[in-house]
Amino acid sequence: MKYPGLFSGVTAVLRRDLLLAWKRPGDVLNPLFFFAMVSSLFPLAIGPDAEQLQMIGPGVTWVAALLASLLALNSLFLNDFEDGSLEQLVLSPQPLPLMVLAKTASHWLVTGLPLVLTAPVIALSYQMSPDVIKTMMITLLPGTVSLSLLGSIGAALTVGLNRGNALLSLLILPLAMPILIFGARTVSLAATGEATAGGIYFLSGYCMLALTLAPFATAAALRISNE
Amino acid sequence: MWKFFHKLASPPHFYRMAPGFILGFGVIGILLIMWGTYAGLFLAPIDYQQKDAFRIIYVHVPAAYLSMMGYSIMAIAAGIGLIWRMKLAHAVAAATAPIGAWFTFVALATGSIWGRPMWGTWWEWGDPRLTSELLMLFLYFGYIALRSAIDDTAKADKSSAVLALVGGVNIPIIHYSVTWWTSLHQGQTVMKGKMPPEMLNPLLINILGFTLLFGALLLYGVRTEVLRREHRARWVKDMLAPETGDA
Amino acid sequence: MDALTMGGYGAYVWSSVGLMFIVVIICVIQARARHRRTLQEITRRIKAMEA
Repeated sequence: MKYPGLFSGVTAVLRRDLLLAWKRPGDVLNPLFFFAMVSSLFPLAIGPDAEQLQMIGPGVTWVAALLASLLALNSLFLNDFEDGSLEQLVLSPQPLPLMVLAKTASHWLVTGLPLVLTAPVIALSYQMSPDVIKTMMITLLPGTVSLSLLGSIGAALTVGLNRGNALLSLLILPLAMPILIFGARTVSLAATGEATAGGIYFLSGYCMLALTLAPFATAAALRISNE
Repeated sequence: MWKFFHKLASPPHFYRMAPGFILGFGVIGILLIMWGTYAGLFLAPIDYQQKDAFRIIYVHVPAAYLSMMGYSIMAIAAGIGLIWRMKLAHAVAAATAPIGAWFTFVALATGSIWGRPMWGTWWEWGDPRLTSELLMLFLYFGYIALRSAIDDTAKADKSSAVLALVGGVNIPIIHYSVTWWTSLHQGQTVMKGKMPPEMLNPLLINILGFTLLFGALLLYGVRTEVLRREHRARWVKDMLAPETGDA
Repeated sequence: MDALTMGGYGAYVWSSVGLMFIVVIICVIQARARHRRTLQEITRRIKAMEA
C-alpha cells in the first residue's frame, strides 16, 4: 500500500489544524483577550503614572504574552486527544517529530503570531516609543515560537491527565524563564537606548535550539502519553 | 568486578546488598559532617569581611552542591532508564527527587539567611546563583508533581524521565540567562580570593560528608522504589509472605 | 561563649546549621515512613491475592 508522502503528511496536518482553528475561534481569541486583559491589570493596580508604566511596560507585556501562551497551549493536543485523532497521529507512518512540528506550527500561527501582532497596541498603552515597540515585536517573534515549542513538550506530557492544565503551567514556567528574561530585558535595554543585539541573538539561538530538539521530546512524550 | 555491578542491577540483589552501603555511607558521612562542622564553626579563623557570618558556608555550600548533583543524578538516571529501559535507573531517579528538592530548599534558605548580614536583605534577586537555585527548586517541584499525577508507575517513569532530561538541558541555559540578567546592574558580592586551608578543609570535609549522607538517603529511597516496581515478582513474595503458597 | 554568639551573627549561623539538621531528620523520617508503608501495602496485596 502506498502511504502518503512526507510533504503531503505535513500539509495535511497544517491544513486540518488551521481549518479546525477557524471553526473554533474560541481557541484563538481567548488567549488574545487574556493577553489584553492581563496587560490592563497592572496600570489599574499600580496607577497610571506614565513614567512608571514606561518602566514596567516591557516586563508586563512579556509576562502577559507568556501567560497567554501557556493558556493557549491547553488546546494544542487536548481536542485531538479527546476524539482519538491524536492516537491516530502517533500511529501514523509519518515521522512523529515532523507531524508534531506541523501541529505546533499551525498552533503558533493562530495563537503566537496574533500576540506578536497585537503587542504594539498594548505597548502604546504603556507609553512605549516606536523603537521600543519595534524591539518588542522582534523579541516576541522568536520568543513566542520558542514558547510554543517548549510548551508542546509540556502539553504532550500532561495531555489526558486530571488537572493537566495547571500542571502544564507548573512544568513549563521554570523552563520558559530564559525566554522571559532575555525577551523582557532586551526590550528594556531598547527603552534606555542600549544595545539589544545580544539579547535578540540569544532569543534567536534559543529558538533554533527549540526548533531542532523540542519536536523529538514532544514526540517521545506523545508516545508515552498515548500508550 | 564487573560481575559485582551486573549483580547490582538485579533488583533482588540490590535490595539485599544496599543496607550495608546505606549504613556505611551514613555512618561515615555523619562522622565527617560532625568533624567538618566542628572544625568550621569553632576552629576556622574569622573572615576579614564577614566576621563569623561566613560560617554559614559550611552548610550552604554542601546543600547547594548536592542540590545540583542531585538533579544531575536524577536526569542521568532518568535518561538511562528511558534509553535502556532499566527499572532500577527509574527507581534511582524517583528516589533522588525529594532529597534533591529538600537540599535545594536548604540551599535557598541558608543562602537567604546568609544574605541578611551580607547584603542587608532577606532576598536578593540580583544574585544569579540564588535565582537559578530558586528556578531549580521549581524544576524539582514540576518533576515531583508530574510523577504524582500519573498513576501507572511505568508511564510515570517515562514521562518524568522526558521532563527531567528537558529540564537538565535547560539548567545551563537558565543559569546563563540569570547571570546575564543580573550583570546588567552591578556586580555581585562574591566570596572570591584564596581560602586558607584552615577555612577550606572543613568545607571539603563537609561536602564529602554530606555527599555520603545524600548517598545513604538515596540508596534507602531506591530500595523502596525497587520494591514498588517489583511488587509482583517472586522474590518479593518469598520475602514478605513466605507462608503463602504458589498463586 | 563566642561560639554561641558568633560575633553577633549567632542567630544566622546557628539557624542555618539547625535548619540543615532538621531537614536531614525529616528526610530520614520520610524515607522510613514511605518504606514501611510500601511494605505494608505489598504484604496486604499479596495476602489478598492468595486468599
